[in-house]
Amino acid sequence: MAGDGGPSARSEVIDTSPTVHDEVKTTTCYMCACRCGIKVHLKNGKIRYIEGNKAHPVNRGVLCAKGSAGIMQHYSPARLTKPLKRIGERGSGEFQEIEWDEALALATQWLSRIRASDPKKLAFFTGRDQSQGLTGWWAAQFGTPNYAAHGGFCSVNMAAAGLYSIGGSFWEFGEADWERTKYFMMFGVAEDHDSNPIKIGLSKLKARGAKFVSVNPVRTGYSAIADEWVAIKPGTDGLFVFALIHELLKADAIDHDYLVRYTNAPWLVIDNPGQSDDGLFARDTAGHPLVWDAATDAPANAMLADIKPRLAGEYRLPDGRKARPSFHRLAERYLDPSYAPDAVAARCGVSTETMRRLAAELAEIAFKQPIVLNQPWTDWAGHRHETMIGRPIAMHAMRGISAHSNGFHTCRAIHVLQMLLGAIDTPGAFRYEAPFPRPCPPPGKPGGKTVTPNAALGGLPLGFPLGPEDLLIEEDGSARRIDKAFSWEAPLAVHGMMHMVIANAWKGDPYSIDTLFLYMANMAWNSAMNTAGTMTMLADKDESGAYKIPHIIYADAFFSETVAFADLVLPDTTYLERWDCISLLDRPIGNAEGPADAIRQPVVQPDRDVRPFQDVLIDLGARLKLPGFVTPDGTARYPGGYKDYIVNHERRPGIGPLAGWRGIDGDKQGRGEPNLDQLQRYIENGCFWKYELPHDQLYYKHANKAYLETATRFSFIDRPEPIVLQLYSETLQRFRLAAQGHGPVQPPEMHRQRVAAYFDPLPIWYEPFESAAVDTGAFPLRAITQRPMPMYHSWGSQNAWLRQILSTNSLYVNRRTAAQHGVKDGDWVWLTSHHARVKCQVKLMDGVEADTVWTWNAIGKRPGAWNLAPNSPEATRGFLLNHVISELLPERNGYRYANSDPVTGQAAWFDLRVSMKKCEPLETGETAPIFPAVVPPAGLPPRPDILRYGADLK
Amino acid sequence: MTDYTVGPVKLGLVIDLDTCVGCHACAVNCKEWNTAGHSAPLPDRDPYGADITGVWFNRIHTFEVDDGECGRTVHFPKSCLHCEAPACVEVCPTGASYKRVEDGIVLVNADTCIGCKLCSWACPYGAREFDDDAGVMKKCTLCVDRIYNRNLDEADRVPACVSTCPAHARHFGDLGDPNSAVSRLVAERGGYDLMPEQGYKPVNKYLPPRPGKIAGTGREMALTPAAPDTAGMFLRWVDRLLSR
Repeated sequence: MAGDGGPSARSEVIDTSPTVHDEVKTTTCYMCACRCGIKVHLKNGKIRYIEGNKAHPVNRGVLCAKGSAGIMQHYSPARLTKPLKRIGERGSGEFQEIEWDEALALATQWLSRIRASDPKKLAFFTGRDQSQGLTGWWAAQFGTPNYAAHGGFCSVNMAAAGLYSIGGSFWEFGEADWERTKYFMMFGVAEDHDSNPIKIGLSKLKARGAKFVSVNPVRTGYSAIADEWVAIKPGTDGLFVFALIHELLKADAIDHDYLVRYTNAPWLVIDNPGQSDDGLFARDTAGHPLVWDAATDAPANAMLADIKPRLAGEYRLPDGRKARPSFHRLAERYLDPSYAPDAVAARCGVSTETMRRLAAELAEIAFKQPIVLNQPWTDWAGHRHETMIGRPIAMHAMRGISAHSNGFHTCRAIHVLQMLLGAIDTPGAFRYEAPFPRPCPPPGKPGGKTVTPNAALGGLPLGFPLGPEDLLIEEDGSARRIDKAFSWEAPLAVHGMMHMVIANAWKGDPYSIDTLFLYMANMAWNSAMNTAGTMTMLADKDESGAYKIPHIIYADAFFSETVAFADLVLPDTTYLERWDCISLLDRPIGNAEGPADAIRQPVVQPDRDVRPFQDVLIDLGARLKLPGFVTPDGTARYPGGYKDYIVNHERRPGIGPLAGWRGIDGDKQGRGEPNLDQLQRYIENGCFWKYELPHDQLYYKHANKAYLETATRFSFIDRPEPIVLQLYSETLQRFRLAAQGHGPVQPPEMHRQRVAAYFDPLPIWYEPFESAAVDTGAFPLRAITQRPMPMYHSWGSQNAWLRQILSTNSLYVNRRTAAQHGVKDGDWVWLTSHHARVKCQVKLMDGVEADTVWTWNAIGKRPGAWNLAPNSPEATRGFLLNHVISELLPERNGYRYANSDPVTGQAAWFDLRVSMKKCEPLETGETAPIFPAVVPPAGLPPRPDILRYGADLK
Repeated sequence: MTDYTVGPVKLGLVIDLDTCVGCHACAVNCKEWNTAGHSAPLPDRDPYGADITGVWFNRIHTFEVDDGECGRTVHFPKSCLHCEAPACVEVCPTGASYKRVEDGIVLVNADTCIGCKLCSWACPYGAREFDDDAGVMKKCTLCVDRIYNRNLDEADRVPACVSTCPAHARHFGDLGDPNSAVSRLVAERGGYDLMPEQGYKPVNKYLPPRPGKIAGTGREMALTPAAPDTAGMFLRWVDRLLSR
C-alpha cells in the first residue's frame, strides 16, 4: 500500500521547533539520595520540564524516573501550607493554622527551657537529611548529644565497617572502576543509593563484556541484567564470602605485595591469652606498630619505608612476648574446614561447585588478567613505580548486607576479600570517591561525655570511638544517649539509632526527654519498626494525663503519617524552592576522579506560607542564642538564613560548607576565605564544583604521595600519611579485652559476654539474631524488601505519576514454596512474625530464593495520609513489613536488646522471620492492619479529579 | 482505509534488553516531556484516588522467562514502533492516523481524530493511548517536537526517553540508513523485530541480551591447593620474602 513517495495529503502542520522554556535554571535533584544535577525548564512561571544536566559529574545528563517526576512532587496536594499547632488529642490530626511568629516563639520557649536545665532532654533526629553538616552542628551548639539522622536505620553497617576497615565505604563513598573492571560482584539490594551512577556504570561494563555477578535472594532490578544470579539465603553472605576467602587462601591466590604494602597484614599481634595486651598490636616505645623484618630478622617499625615484612610465622619480641602477623591469625581462621564451600553450601543455599567456581574466576581475573597502566606514581614512602597494577575485580554492597544484625562483620568480610585480592583503589577495582580515603576510622570522637546547661557540646554528637573510653556511658555503664548509641549495647553506632528513640523516650529508658524534634523522618510509619506500637507510644500518656513524650515538633514539606502526632508542625519547602548545599562536610558527591560539591538554588518561589527548614533552624539558633548562631553582641550571625550560612560559615579557618570558588576573589579551591560571590559562581557553573585529580593520583589513593598531599591541602586528611587498610581491627579487640575484664572501662555483667562475642578483630559470621531467637520451624521463611527503582521511600508512592507504576505491593513468593503452602497466584495470606501479623496478596515468581519472600519497600500508606483518598490501593492493599518487625529482640535472660547489629546498632529489619498461611475466604481483598484514616489539615487543597498538567504549557 | 507512503528515512528506537534494568526513567521522562508537548496534555484521572489511570506513551512490562539458573527477569519497554506497514493508519476512517513521509513517524492529527478507537484495536502492540478527556487517540510522537527543535542544543535533539535513560539502553536514529549508528548496532547485536510474523514491519528494534559470560551451569572450575595441608601453606608464607 506504499504510495509513490510524495507528500501525504493528510499531513498536519506540525511545529517541530516549539519554544520549550522562558528560562532554564540548574539545581540539584532531591527525589532520592543520589543528588543528580538537573536543568529545570520554566515556562509561564511554571515548571515545564526537568532533565539531567549533561555536565554534572553524578548523572552526566541522565535522569531516573524519580527525578523525572519532580514536577508532580513539587505540585503535590500533600504539601503542607502553613505552620500548625495541635488542638485535638495527639494523633487525632486536629490542628489550628498559626503564623510563623507564633510557631517560632513556641519552639523557642520549649527549647530554651530545656537548654537552660538539661540540654539532653532535646532529642533532635532528622530523616533522609542532606544538610547534616548543619543539623549536627546545630545540635552540638544546642548542647544535646541526642542527635542523629536516618543512617542507623539505613546504612551504618556499611559506613562503619568500611570506615574502620579501609577508610572508605561502599554506599556513596566508593564506586567500581566502571571503565576498566572485568568482574563486578554485587551483594544484595543496592538500588537506593548512587542509583544513576550504578546504572550508567552497569551499562558500560556490560558493553565491554565484563562479567556481572549478583549475589541476591531476589532477581529484580540490577540483578535482572546480571550475567550470573547467585540466589543466596538472606543473612548468609558472610559465610559465602568466607568460603571464597577459604578457597583463595588454600590456593595462595592472594596479592602478597598489596598486603604487605598497604594493609596491616604483616603487623605483629601479641599472643598473650588472658592478659590485657592479648590481641593488640606489638608496638615500639613511640607507639609504632611492629612487623617482623626478614632483612634483619628482628622487629621493625611497620611504618618504615624499606623493610621486608613477614606475612606469617611466630616471633618472640625483645621483651619475651610472642607475636604473629595479623595475616597469620586470619589465614589460620579461614583455612579452617568449617569455612570450606562444602561446609557452608547448605546454609547459604549456594552449591559447593558454584562457590569453588566463583573463587576460581576471581583468582583468574585478579592474577591472570591484571591491568597494568603505564602511569608512573610515587608511593607514600617515596618509591617511584613505573606502572599502576590493577586487580580488575570490583565489589559493591548496600542494603542487603547492611540491614542484618550480622551486617557489620559481613561487610568487613567483603572488605577483607577485596584486600586479599589487592582490589581496593587499584585499576579495575573498587575505588574511593573523594574525600575518601580517610584514616581508619576518621578522627573525631562522639561528643556528649558532659552535657552542660546553656553550653555547647564538646565536639559533634556523632563520631568514631577507638575504644571503651570513648563510649557515651554513665559510671554504671548505662547509656548517656536516648537511643543508646555509643553504649555497650551498640558501641560503634556512628550514625546513631533513630529506630530506638521513640521507644526509649516513651519508656524513659535511660531517661525521659522533654521534646522530640523530627525533620523529614516518617517515624510514625515507614521509618519505624513496630509501627502500631510506635503510634501508640507517640500518643501515650502517664497517670497524670500528660503525654509521656511531652513535646513533639515536626518539620516536613508533606502531610506524611507522622504529622498527626506533632504538637507543632513547621512546614518545609520543596527542593525546588530553596537554597541547599551538598557539602563535603556532610555527604559528598565526589567520585573517584576527584572531589565535588553542589548547591540547590530556588528555581520557583513558594506559593504557600512555608519556609526552608534550614532557614528555620538557623533562625531558631539565633533566637536561642546558640554559640555560632549569634555574634558576640547577640545578634543573628546569619540573618540571610541558610544562603548566608552556606557562604559565610567557617567550620575551621578557610573551611566552609562549599569548597569551590573560595577566597576573596573566588580563586581558591578547598580552603580559603568566604567569597560573597560564591553562589553566583556555582550557578554559572551549573550549580556544582568539581576538581579533577591528575592522572598520577587516580589510584592507590591510600598510599599515593601526590594524592595524600592533595587531600591534605583540601583538608580531607590532616597529614599526608598513608592510610593503612585494617585487615585486623585492633579497635574491636580493645572492646573485647574490656569485656574480658581488662582496663578501667568495662561493660556491666549483663553485656559482657555479648561484647566479647561480637567484637572479634577478624570478621565472623553468626545466625541473624531473629533467626537465632525464634523457632525457625514455626517461622520458616525469611522476609525482606527490595527497592523499587522509580520510588524513594514514602515520597515516591504519593506522586501522581510514580504511583501509576506501583500503587500497591504484592508478596512475592517462589512458585515451588507457594505450592508447598497450598498458595496460588493472587491468594491472600497472613504473614506472621514473632511480633505481629500482616495480610497481603501473593504473586508467584521463579526469581526468588525458595525460603525467601519479599515485597517492595514503602508502598503501603495509612488511609488519608499524603492527601491520598483513604480508599487508595496504597492504603487498602499496600502493606509494610514494618508492621511485623519488632524494634526489640525476643526476651533473653530477662532483657530485650534492640533488634540491631550488636556492633553498630544498625536496625536489623532484614532479619525478619515469618510464617505464611492462606487467609480464610472472608478475609481476602484487603490488607491488615489498616489504621483509622487521618484527615488532612485544613490548608491542604482538595484532590483534583483529573490532572491535565502541561495543557497550558504547550 | 487510509493510504500512506514510506520514504527512505525511517526514524526509530533501538532498545537494548541487555542493559534495561526496568527503572522506568524513560516512561516518566516521556510523560513529563509530552504532557506539555505536541500532544499535550497526557491527563491522569483520579490522580490521588483509588482508580488512577493516565495516558502514557511508553510503558515497561516486566516478566520472567525460563526457570532455574538460566532464568531471567526481563524488563521490556514498549511504545509505538512506527511500523512500515502500520495497521493503525490503514484502518483510520478519517485519515487522522498517518505516517509521515519525510521520517516515517506515525502520528495522530488530533483535529481530525474522532476517537473511534479503531486504530487501538488494530495495533498489534497495544501502543496507542486513548485520552478520554479530550476524546482523541494519542501516542508516541518520537518526540517530533524535540528531534528537530532549533530551540534545543543539537545534543538534546533526541527523544526524551533516549536522552534520560541511565542504562544507555535506548538509541535513536535512522534505521532506513544501513550505515547509521543504530543500523550498525542492530546488525552487530542481532537486533530483532517484535512479532515479525505479523508483517507490520516495525521500525523500532530490540537488542537481545548479550550471551552470558560464564553461564552458571556447565562450567566446572576450581582452584588447586598450593600445599597439601595448612601447615604447608604457612611454610610457604613464612618463607616468602616480601618488600615494601
